[in-house]
This record gives sequence, C-alpha cells and structure tokens, in this order.
Amino acid sequence: MIGSLAELLRRAWAHPSARWGVGILLAFALAAALGPLLLDDPSAMPDVVAGATPPSAGHPFGTDHLNRDILARVVGGARVSLAVAGLAVLLALTLGSAVGLAAGYSGGWVDAALMRVVDAALAIPRLFVLLLLLVVWERIPLGALILFLGTTGWFGTSRLVRGEVLRIRQEPFVAAAIALGASPWRTITRHLLPNAAGPVLVAATLGVGDVILLEAGLSFLGLGIQPPTPSWGGMVLDARPYLSSAPWTALFPGAAIVATVLAVNLLGDALSAALDPRSA
Amino acid sequence: MSSLLDLKDLRIEFPTPSGGVAVPVDGVSLSVSRGETLALVGESGSGKSLTALALLRLVPAPGRIHPQSRILLEGTDLMTLDPAALRAVRGGRIGIVFQDASTSLNPTLTIGDQLRETILAHKKLTKPEARERAIALLEETGIPEPGARYGAYPHELSGGLRQRALIAIALAGEPDLLIADEPTTALDVTIQAQILELLDHLRVSRGMAVLLIAHDLGLVAGRADRVAVMYAGQIVEEAATARLFRSPAHPYTRALFRSIPRIDTPVARLAPIGGGVPTPDAWPRACRFHPRCDEVLARCSVEDPPVVPLAPGESVRCWLAVRGVR
Repeated sequence: MIGSLAELLRRAWAHPSARWGVGILLAFALAAALGPLLLDDPSAMPDVVAGATPPSAGHPFGTDHLNRDILARVVGGARVSLAVAGLAVLLALTLGSAVGLAAGYSGGWVDAALMRVVDAALAIPRLFVLLLLLVVWERIPLGALILFLGTTGWFGTSRLVRGEVLRIRQEPFVAAAIALGASPWRTITRHLLPNAAGPVLVAATLGVGDVILLEAGLSFLGLGIQPPTPSWGGMVLDARPYLSSAPWTALFPGAAIVATVLAVNLLGDALSAALDPRSA
Repeated sequence: MSSLLDLKDLRIEFPTPSGGVAVPVDGVSLSVSRGETLALVGESGSGKSLTALALLRLVPAPGRIHPQSRILLEGTDLMTLDPAALRAVRGGRIGIVFQDASTSLNPTLTIGDQLRETILAHKKLTKPEARERAIALLEETGIPEPGARYGAYPHELSGGLRQRALIAIALAGEPDLLIADEPTTALDVTIQAQILELLDHLRVSRGMAVLLIAHDLGLVAGRADRVAVMYAGQIVEEAATARLFRSPAHPYTRALFRSIPRIDTPVARLAPIGGGVPTPDAWPRACRFHPRCDEVLARCSVEDPPVVPLAPGESVRCWLAVRGVR
C-alpha cells in the first residue's frame, strides 16, 4: 500500500468523509457495547397485548408489534448486523482479491481455469447452497452464516480485481518495475494491488449494504438470524404488515441500515481518495 | 575496451492471427563495449525498442526470442538464465529508462519508495542505508533538494525531474549497461539536451555503457561513439558516428539525413522518405528498403543484399557497396 498501512489511514483521515464514516460506525459500536447494560433485553417478551406503541419517554423509538422496545432491539441488532456484514465482506474481499490477482497476474490457463470456476459458482444460487447447509444444521450458527456469506460473496470482486490487474499490467510503470528486477511478489503487492484498490474498496463498501439486506432476506425466510435475536433486516421485515399503522417500527431499523451503509460508503470514498495521491 | 554485451543473431517471432509468423526483429547482431555509447536509430516500427526489451528477455507475449539467438553479457548467455538470475540482471547489470516518465513511475508510491525498492532488490542494505543511497542517487541525477523530493509523489514533480528520477531508479542497481529507450521523446527541447547531457555525464562518471535508442539522428550527433541504423527489423548500417555523418553508406541512412534540417548547408526543402516502414508480417522481398529506395537496382528486389564490411566494426547491408555491382 502507500508506504505503509498507517500512512494510508493517516491520509484517509484527512478527508472529512472518513471522520464522518468512522464516527457513525463508532457510535453504533459503542451503542452495541453499552446497550445491554442500559436497555431492556431485546429478546424479552413483555406485555404482548399492548401491541405497538408510538415513541414516548419510556420508549424513545416506540415499541414493535410485540411491544418490545425498538431502541433496545436496534442496538441489539447492531451487534449482529455489523458483525455479519463487516466480517463477511472482509472475507469476500480477501478471497476475491487473492483469486483476482492470481488470475490477472498469471494469465493463460490459470486465468482461464479460475474464471471458469467463478462463472460456474455464479450460476449456483446462494439460497440453494444455504438449504444444503440446513441439512447439516437445524439452525445455522452465526459464525457459519458469516463464513457462508463471505465464501459465496467474492466472485464479483475477483472479476473486478482481475479486470483491474489486466488493465494495470499494461501500464509502463509495471513493465519498468519488472525490467529493473522487481520480483513477482513485489510487483503484485507494490504495483498492482495498490493501484487496483480504489474500485475494489468502493465495491466493498457497496457490498456491506448488500450483505445487510441479504441477511435480512435470509432471516425472513427463516434461514438467517433466528428470532427472537434481533437483526435490522429481520426487524424491517417484521414491521412490513404495520407500515401504515405503526411506521416507526420500520423507520428506526431502516434508518440504522441507511446510516451504516452511508458511513461505510463515506469511509470507502476517503480510502479510495487516499489511495490515489493525485487527488490529494 | 572489452566487449560488455554481444547480441548475436537476435530474432523475435510473433504468431500472426492468420497462423503465420511475423518477425519484427530479424537477425540483429550488436556489440557494446564498456563505457561506450551505442546509438540504435530507426523509424517507429523498425524493431529498435523490441530489441531493447529482448536484451532483458522481456519480449511481450505472445512474442518469443528464437532459441538460437544469443544475448551474451560478459560471456554469460542470458537465454540460459533462470527467472531469479534474470531478475538479478534486470536492473542489476542492465538498467533501462523508458520513454515517458509520467507513466513509467508508479503513481501510488513516492519517488523514494520506488528508488529504495529497486536498491533493496539488488543490494543487501538496511532500510536507512538504502534511503541514504537513494538520496545520493537523486543528487547524482541533478535533482535539487533530494531530501525533500525523496518523499514526493511522481505527479508532484515536473516532466524533467520525473525523467531524472526515472534515471536514478534505473541506476539503483549500479548497472554496467544503461538502455535509454527514447528517453527524451516526451520532453521539451531544452530539457531534452539536459537529459542527454546527464546521461553522458553518468556514463563517464560511472564507467557505464549506454545503449541510446532514438528515432532522431540529430539527437545522436556528438553523443554516441557508434551508430547502428535499423530498418524493418534489420541493421542496415553500423558505423562510427563521425563516419556515418560524414559519408553515410546506405541509401536509407542518406535519406534519413536528407529528411532532417541541417544548419550548415542551405537546403531549400527537406526531402521526406516516401511511404512508411512496412509491417513485420509483410517485409518486402530481398532488400527490405528497395520499395522506398531512390537508388534501387534490379537485383535489390530479387536477392538479399550482403552485409559488406567497410572497416572494423563498420558494415552496410546494401548491394551498392559491393564492388563492381553497378
């Protein structure tokens, strides 16, 4: 990367958007850490008969159709949703970059073989594989869900990285580095990867939003996070029948998803700008 | 002067889409002695840059160097080296400076990073030692405030300074031969002169040989010891610079001189050479220059012209040089 990772982060930090992004994510992380100490148990089942109540002093975000505190559930959902999205995207990014670099750098039959594998993998619906996993586990553990989302989410990234590597490999500075004795490892890590990282980071930030929404969809089908454990996607889907009678039940978890995706996007912007010194 | 590099019968082949073979470099032999400047001159498409890349075994795929070609660096045939040994030669024994410094430097790394990286690829030094040497190289290539430029990114430097930095990087492994592939094409005329001056200065101070690749004979005057003129993948004339400028032996060399302005002779108009360099998949039969030659003979389109030695190290590939042929 640029000199070192610390240097990259320092340069990114100079952009206001990075501070906003990190600030929002830190706020969620802090809430997720402190929430259980201050708020109700998000999984507890209080007086069901009361139904959804609008925001009030006792419940700042209101309560859902089961009269559970939405603030407590949004905060509880932050742990699950952020952990799933963050780790799954990190895993997908790592796998995708490694495969894309290998394919783009090697070219020839290695490239052809890897890309055909990616083509084949893209043809298999993720849900189908997940159903197979359900044969093994009655309920999918959180770790397995992250592993699943990560290992099935890198195909697009690998194509993107491969494309970037093929483009950058044509740049004279790569030829110059090789002509002056740069080893393949140096060429890949110092010349190809940093110059490919911009679009990849942007794609990754978009991926975070995708994974949060995918996790919501999986939860809806009973394949993802199981109730009563709160997740933002699950909450939005739970709130669907009450959109007109109790809009706050969808508003707050929805806003949490939007804020998270926005924060990660801001961070991605700052990182890609920091990777390209010409924009400084 | 002992011979540093001996290129023997270099032939580069590319498969063509129609299933044939194109030969953009066809039987080029060159030798470069320690400390001398050899200029390789030719039009675009003559194969001169490809020849330079071949010296580092870097012919782009799907091209390949014919296995019978020999690239001897002080007796070691580069054709026989494994990848690790080749990496040691690249940058370590033979440095190369490419045309355009704005694209030949990695935009995401500082000048210092790129210098240090190349130094560490060839020398066993600690990072602080490498940094010290990098700054010394920046100074040696005439970059003002080398300590400050060490941390600068390529886009923060002017074109001339970028080219100097590129030369510094090419020198990082202390090569015995520096290939300069049209090192001044992208620069202003005044900067061009400075860069060529710098290369000459470095050649003398380091006792290094320079292979200067150029399309402009004017650029070569007074800077090269010898000149090899390339046309359509072959060397058509090789001579000491003074002799070449005084009495060019090949019609192509003469035509090149007529196409550039000269200050010492009042010429009404420049004479361009009609047509362009043919493409490697369709070299003309026999003498490759005969369709454009204004002194063409009947046999020029039928029989390959011989390489006629004129003096030690001087030769011309032309029927006209054969005694009694006219």
